[in-house]
Amino acid sequence: MPNKADLSAIAQMPDERGHFGPYGGRFVSETLMAALKQLEETYERLWRDPDFQAEFDHDLAHYVGRPSPLYHATHLTKLCGGAQIYLKREDLNHTGAHKVNNTIGQALLAKYTGKPRVIAETGAGQHGVASATVAARLGLECQVYMGAEDVQRQALNVYRMKLLGAEVISVESGTRTLKDAMNEAMRDWVTNVDDTFYIIGTAAGPHPYPKLVRDFQSVIGREARAQCLEQAGRLPDALVACVGGGSNAIGLFHPFIEDGDVRMVGVEAGGYGVETGQHAAPLTAGRPGVLHGNRTYLMEDDAGQIIGTHSVSAGLDYPGVGPEHSYLKDTGRAEYVAINDDEAMDAFRTLTRVEGIMPAIESSHAVAHAMKMAKEMDEDQIIVVNLSGRGDKDIHTVAQLDGIKV
Amino acid sequence: MEMNRIAACFERLKEQGRQALIPYVTAGDPAPGVTVPLMHAMVDAGADLIELGIPFSDPMADGPTIQLACERALEHNTRLIDVLAMVKTFREKDQQTPVVLMGYLNPIEVLGYTSFAEQAAAAGIDGALIVDLPPEEAEGEFDNAMKANGLDTIYLLAPTTEESRIEQVCNAGSGYLYYVSVKGVTGSASLDVQAVADKLDVVRKYTNLPVGVGFGIKDAESAKAVSEVADGVIVGSVLVNKIASLVEQQEDIPAQVSAIVAELRTAMDA
Repeated sequence: MPNKADLSAIAQMPDERGHFGPYGGRFVSETLMAALKQLEETYERLWRDPDFQAEFDHDLAHYVGRPSPLYHATHLTKLCGGAQIYLKREDLNHTGAHKVNNTIGQALLAKYTGKPRVIAETGAGQHGVASATVAARLGLECQVYMGAEDVQRQALNVYRMKLLGAEVISVESGTRTLKDAMNEAMRDWVTNVDDTFYIIGTAAGPHPYPKLVRDFQSVIGREARAQCLEQAGRLPDALVACVGGGSNAIGLFHPFIEDGDVRMVGVEAGGYGVETGQHAAPLTAGRPGVLHGNRTYLMEDDAGQIIGTHSVSAGLDYPGVGPEHSYLKDTGRAEYVAINDDEAMDAFRTLTRVEGIMPAIESSHAVAHAMKMAKEMDEDQIIVVNLSGRGDKDIHTVAQLDGIKV
Repeated sequence: MEMNRIAACFERLKEQGRQALIPYVTAGDPAPGVTVPLMHAMVDAGADLIELGIPFSDPMADGPTIQLACERALEHNTRLIDVLAMVKTFREKDQQTPVVLMGYLNPIEVLGYTSFAEQAAAAGIDGALIVDLPPEEAEGEFDNAMKANGLDTIYLLAPTTEESRIEQVCNAGSGYLYYVSVKGVTGSASLDVQAVADKLDVVRKYTNLPVGVGFGIKDAESAKAVSEVADGVIVGSVLVNKIASLVEQQEDIPAQVSAIVAELRTAMDA
């Protein structure tokens, strides 16, 4: 664990060029450099602007429904027999996941910069729905890029986006999943950079996206920290969150970085098992490289080609990860593990049955690992799990695994 | 210092009052054996400098044409080290025509910057244009490795590049500058020659380097028009589309692709 001075330095990242140590940065083609610089300047100005902050906070309170509860899951705790498990209920947000915290923020940036059109990439469809939602509310034209495979397995969210007035563009190139959707969104942005705001859905991509997405999502950790102090009279011993791109995890972790006694555990998608190679766990089994505008841990072959990923969860099915997580891993401030498809599905069923809370399959990865951890910990210890989204969107996937047609 | 192949090429053309014709093809498309004969055929047809694409799984700045070319090349597992070997073979017969690698950073990250630059120089490569590596990120280790091995680093300028930044990019680049004529990906909209001419006037305030123009050059007419305002005409998607149409007749690729090169050459020199 880094010492106190180091922790303070870690919490101050990124530097002025968007680097988190060796990670992050701005690895994009020249056409986008001006737009990113403009976004950075706009963001830095507005984030310190009390009027902008007030509007953001107002929307989070009255449109999203924040603060989200921190729920002491006593039944799950009893079942595991160990540490007290608390759930940060991002699943109760408007649109059903943490994603909306970020899209509210970025849509406000689009509004303040006068861009009439927004685009987004989406994996599970939660970010696409959250983008379409804020676009509908602000009267912005919205197009969402989604891998053709994800369009199939998240049909419900595709329809939700259409009802909200967004156009969903099915991406047939490459592996037809989230990374390819992000490629297409970047291509759209390069072509339409003058009138288009690109709402990136996770804490990845070129600077300043990893920073601003983290800042918008950090409301999760700020609330959880205060709620834990209020309910339990102390800070938690561990935080657990699933990591695809890593926005819900960084949102929970960041306000705790300087609390050196609080463990931070990111849970990647182990797919069929990390040892099979069929997974989406770059921090667990990948190595650093450059993709989608930032240097970070990636899943790649020996020649530097990005390789296909597998996860039962569309939202975690991504070969990269936000650069701040790469940095937290290397500095030792956070640790990263993988949970397999089967373990996540078991946790989905368990939480549904013992607490009456149906988690997204993404969030089920975090629940599964927290259940393992709790058993190894004492009853007077506390784990806060980020329940980043609700499972309604996944009913088709679950039913299919059960061999049932709904 | 002895003049390198890129500088010598533009110097010679300048004396002749001509502009460089710069074809782009993706190495290994549609199969590794096609690339070297194709390079020689394009030179014979009037190409002055070749941009050779390094296949990458996620070519974000490119349109569907180049994405599919990368996918075809990757079906045969064309790695960066294979691309270097192709240039080494090309150099057995051609020691004069400059070759610039064009691609994305990640395959180079895997080799390591110093190892890449050493191996590239040894293979007879003259420079590299890394689409997702702007000067800010190249500064330091990448720049140093390229310079230490006598390789040029070619940077992009775009319609969105502001004047203050044009100066910065011009100072960082060497060999030539690549002006992206349209906002968009490769193979997209047609270019506006007058807008290009206006922007190049600004660029030339800050550099004596030659400026090549690419993106949106589709035929002899647009090549001719661009050659009247730029030092080099870069053409890629038109050639790659021809390659794509000949996947089932690979033996015809060198002749048919170089026929397009010859047509552009004739138009530019007219």
